[in-house]
Amino acid sequence: MNWDKIYALSLRHVYLIKDSFPRILDLIYWPTIQIFLWGFISKFFTLTSSFYENTVGIILSAAILYDFLFRSSISYNMMFLEEIWSRNFTNLFIAPIKLSEIIASLTLTAIFRTLIGLVPATLIAIPLFGVSIFKIGIPLIFLLISLYVFGVTLGLLVTSGLVRFGPSFENIAWASLFFLAPLGCIYYPLDILPNWLQIFAELLPLVYIFEEMRNILIYDIIKISQILKAILISFIYFVLGVIIFYMSYKGAKERGNLLNIGE
Amino acid sequence: MKLEVKNLTKKFNSLIAVKDISFTIEKNKTLGLLGPNGCGKTTSIGMMLGLITPTSGQITIDKIFLNPKNRIELLSLMNFASPYIELPKKLTVKQNLEVYARLYGVKNVKDRISEMSEDLNLISFLDKKTGELSSGQKNRVSLAKSLINKPKLLFLDEPTASLDPDVGDFVRAYLEKYKEENELTILLASHNMKEVERLCDSIVMMKKGEIVDRGTCQQLITKHGRENLEETFLKIARSKNELG
Repeated sequence: MNWDKIYALSLRHVYLIKDSFPRILDLIYWPTIQIFLWGFISKFFTLTSSFYENTVGIILSAAILYDFLFRSSISYNMMFLEEIWSRNFTNLFIAPIKLSEIIASLTLTAIFRTLIGLVPATLIAIPLFGVSIFKIGIPLIFLLISLYVFGVTLGLLVTSGLVRFGPSFENIAWASLFFLAPLGCIYYPLDILPNWLQIFAELLPLVYIFEEMRNILIYDIIKISQILKAILISFIYFVLGVIIFYMSYKGAKERGNLLNIGE
Repeated sequence: MKLEVKNLTKKFNSLIAVKDISFTIEKNKTLGLLGPNGCGKTTSIGMMLGLITPTSGQITIDKIFLNPKNRIELLSLMNFASPYIELPKKLTVKQNLEVYARLYGVKNVKDRISEMSEDLNLISFLDKKTGELSSGQKNRVSLAKSLINKPKLLFLDEPTASLDPDVGDFVRAYLEKYKEENELTILLASHNMKEVERLCDSIVMMKKGEIVDRGTCQQLITKHGRENLEETFLKIARSKNELG
């Protein structure tokens, strides 16, 4: 790995964001709206039903963590799509940069984009709804790592599709996370799902992440095994994502897609 | 750098895009790759850049076979410019050149950008967004990017397409001057026959994926009994099944 090249590629995306106020606004706008929406919905439930007591914190924390996953994945996809939209794809792939360096650069820069969007929204939730995800404590770091690795993995799978099928695969990029959301048990426990769907849900790290979040916030219990399982599954998917990306790249070279991919 | 292409073939399913082509470009020489649209020029360049996997055949650069393992090492000695690919439009010219200088591992990035900016008259729009430039300005920026790493082997795909005669002449004159001062082998794909006559030491003519003729400009003009390269090109392009 050549870190100078990873830095160079990251620099391209940092310049893009740094010099564009509408892009920064766009990054902050959606997570903030999400927090407002879920904050008010859960506050309404709390005020009108004793059953939902204490749900503001749970639902809003889940919304923040889910948005973290969503932003990680979308950030990764967006940076790849930027290369296609700007017709810079060929220039990038004839530069002496390894695939692993491209993946590393996009992975590291995606965190930058994600945090720009999510830090303001997370901070707003503290005074406005009295909810702080920092109440999760140290386990939050590991839950975020797991979410981030899984988010980047989804980004990798979508970019593999873009390399293989071209820009027409773009719509899948936007739909990918919504497809997994019902199985992720983000806002409800695993038991809510029918038995046969629980089997599939347990193959995703999301179930363990959000179950663990609820464990900590409701029962004040930390199950390290759940956290480890989430991280392990996320990394297994990440390795699979990398393998699929390399295979797509090889296939794209066979078909000549890298030379004429564009809008 | 010496580039050797041996029996290169590329099939896309049943379509044969490039069929068994072979040629050599000696160090510091310029070879013109000519042929009608869709004859396989761009696919051939794609294979030489390692962007397309050949179905069969070999590409050798200074006696080193181009393969996935040494591709990155060889790419740092090459570059490519084409009006059909662009640099990120939202970045300024300077930012784009900086990013590519770093990607190519250029040592003194600032000095190299200053040097290229002076040589190609980019100074007045260095801080302008690349997407806001005129065709002529974009073309010069693309050329600057393609020379930022002082390549030893340069692929140019219609480098002066859609440029006015003044800018086209500037680019051609710059390439001539650059070649005099630097060690550089060029493969030029172009439809501008005057440009080919001016810049190329020899020519390879392609048609339907195959090489149909080759030689110096004068050799081809004489062989086909025409007045200039344009007429020679038309004769070869319009003839049926003429293989050299």
